[in-house]
Amino acid sequence: MRRRLRATLPALSLALVLAAIAWLNPRAISYFGFTLMLNLAIPIVLATLAQMFVIAGNDLDLSIGAFVGFVCCVSATWLKDEAWLGALALIGCVAVYAALGALIYLRNLPSIVVTLGMSFVWQGLAILLLPKPGGAAPGWLRAVMGVKPPLIPFPIVAAALIAAIAYVGLMRTSYGAILRGCGGNAVAIERAGWSLLRAKMVLFALAGAFGVLSGMALVGITTSADANIGNGYTLLSIAGVILGGGEFVGGAVSPVGAVIGALTMAMAASPLLTFMHIPPDWQVAANGAILIIVLAARVLIGRKGPER
Amino acid sequence: MADAGASLVEFTGVEKSYGAVRALDGVDFSLLSGECVGVVGHNGAGKSTLMHVLSGGVAPDQGKLAIAGEEQPNWTSARARALGLRCVFQELSLCPNLTVAENARVVHPAIRGFGWRRRAGRLLLDKLDEIFPGHGVKSTDLVQDLTIGRRQMVEIARAFTVSDVPARLVILDEPTSSLDQHTAGQLLAHIRRSVDAGIACALISHILDEVLSTCDRIAVMRDGKVVVSDGARNFTRARLVGAMGGIEDEEKGPAAATALGSRAEAPIVVKVSAERQIDNRQVVAREGEIVGLAGLAGHGQTDLLLATFFAASRLRTSALVDGPVALVAGDRQSDGVFPQWSIAQNIGVRSLRQLRQGPLLSPVREDALANDWRRRINIRTPDIRNPILSLSGGNQQKALFARALASDARIVLMDDPMRGVDYATKLEVYDLIRAEARAGRTFLWYTTETEELKNCDRAYIFRNGAVVAELAGDELSEERVIHSSFAGVA
Repeated sequence: MRRRLRATLPALSLALVLAAIAWLNPRAISYFGFTLMLNLAIPIVLATLAQMFVIAGNDLDLSIGAFVGFVCCVSATWLKDEAWLGALALIGCVAVYAALGALIYLRNLPSIVVTLGMSFVWQGLAILLLPKPGGAAPGWLRAVMGVKPPLIPFPIVAAALIAAIAYVGLMRTSYGAILRGCGGNAVAIERAGWSLLRAKMVLFALAGAFGVLSGMALVGITTSADANIGNGYTLLSIAGVILGGGEFVGGAVSPVGAVIGALTMAMAASPLLTFMHIPPDWQVAANGAILIIVLAARVLIGRKGPER
Repeated sequence: MADAGASLVEFTGVEKSYGAVRALDGVDFSLLSGECVGVVGHNGAGKSTLMHVLSGGVAPDQGKLAIAGEEQPNWTSARARALGLRCVFQELSLCPNLTVAENARVVHPAIRGFGWRRRAGRLLLDKLDEIFPGHGVKSTDLVQDLTIGRRQMVEIARAFTVSDVPARLVILDEPTSSLDQHTAGQLLAHIRRSVDAGIACALISHILDEVLSTCDRIAVMRDGKVVVSDGARNFTRARLVGAMGGIEDEEKGPAAATALGSRAEAPIVVKVSAERQIDNRQVVAREGEIVGLAGLAGHGQTDLLLATFFAASRLRTSALVDGPVALVAGDRQSDGVFPQWSIAQNIGVRSLRQLRQGPLLSPVREDALANDWRRRINIRTPDIRNPILSLSGGNQQKALFARALASDARIVLMDDPMRGVDYATKLEVYDLIRAEARAGRTFLWYTTETEELKNCDRAYIFRNGAVVAELAGDELSEERVIHSSFAGVA
């Protein structure tokens, strides 16, 4: 019962935000309205899933925002001009993430410290590559992000597809259970003969891959890049995971919840507050307030009743 | 399978040290195919370490290990698993965030591909049905939502499941510590059936009757060595205890309880109703009384203790609790110790007010308090400032007792605190509790071991979250308790 209530909480908060928007501005609830409101949702969804893979292993990635920015810059320069070089660089990024996972596991380092350090590395590389905003997204990327499917707006279709892929991969496959088990009780997984090093590398590589996709999606929408473009994503992604029913420790994550959480964050971040006529100066603070309210509700539900 | 009677495990001169503590000091240990060996000894005698070495989780510093006659120089958990060794560890090794079926999959790499959840769940549930009929576990349950008793059942059943590698040896480290008598009996019967089917078992237990009745052979450990190893038929309870280096005193318990006499005149300090009590029966404790909470495990005893605990700190009209309260946790890993702290800090945390000097904590007073209690209840450590995790399980539990008894609490709540504690330690703690009760402290004591009720003045028997019987003094026999626990249940 409690479990079911917690599982529906992300959907409930999304519904609440939607209801508020519908009440404030009924015209927003339309094909065109959603396409506009969820314009930037896909990169946020992807970055949130990247964060979720890291959190599943009891770590935290503070570099995801800077990383998304770096990927944007690579996509808007190398990937457009020299496709093979860009592809190689992006694959290299995933490999670096896997190596970070190995480093964190082998040296027993706090992931917060390592990824905080890496955030400056990514940011520095991005500025080297693109000192001032510019570049251009490859045409095919723009085309993909500009698809207009019939009836259902593209961001919703894409979010559902991404959620399904992540859900099957992490929650339904047999190795996915091992990956989540590492967050729940690493000793038990190790005793059963699994390699924790490999599991951590896989989790971080998945985070890297989703981060790359997030950056590419972002540049496909904005069509040009800026080294600072992804800076807000670190916090948004963590908030999305937690909003979606994940826990910082214990390997309790939910891909579907994280996607819903990311959509909620994307909607609450700007469209809702704009409709509420909250001036832009106050929007960041209002965003934080929404987050606190939802998280408090979650804790209350989680605590109800002793274990039986 | 290997022929019964062939050597399955052969340890020669195995040594293992943790810092200054010699956990294993040259152990020679052997186990034959299709044999059930009991391993007994005090806490800190090295039983758990020995089993960790056997399972591949801990590498020995010295010594040889041979499995089925083959020496194993690179002994790891994966290798142990491949040779058919299974373990049920004292501290549970399930992933709480995974479902029961997913936990089964963790130990069975062969279960993969389409439909793996169904197969893994089926495998485990069939085994659960076989060992613990009527267990009430579903394969889609999250382990963290299960009670500790059910978690233990899942873990035990999982060790007996077979996918690709046949099980040759199942190691059970205190498997019955969180089970009630009924399910413990089911488990022991299953162990016998498995042994008869050719699976060797190593059973570590502090409940000597279990070991005596279940095992073919018993190895007694003391100070990191196997000191005696003999057929179980050649042991009596007294000889076992003697070999362990303890004092067997069967008459002590009941005699001491009657000596306490009745305290009908003392003021009432606790009066609280069980959660699902329909009639107006209440749990009442008078000053200086030791009141037992008994019945099958997980039938509302812990809830009553928690209700009492919260009633003491918050205003609640439904419960009367007169005096400061301390709780001794039973699940010490999750509710008891602060794993990052020293022994002294763990003991002193309930008494910070008396440890203060001005606005700051005084390390001198903290050490003095901890050293005082180390002496009084004999916590085995070279230095009270060592980390709490350097202690064996039983000694950690002693530190938790010291935390409660060193405090200003007049009422001590105990949540089955003797889980996995050795016999000699138990006797020491019983004496301590009785002495404290004589001095006017009140104890509410939830226990899953009927034998411990002999130390109580009175006991309430719980069933389904309510008190169903109250037994006093002479009535506190095992038969009466079991009768009350099961009465009315088909």
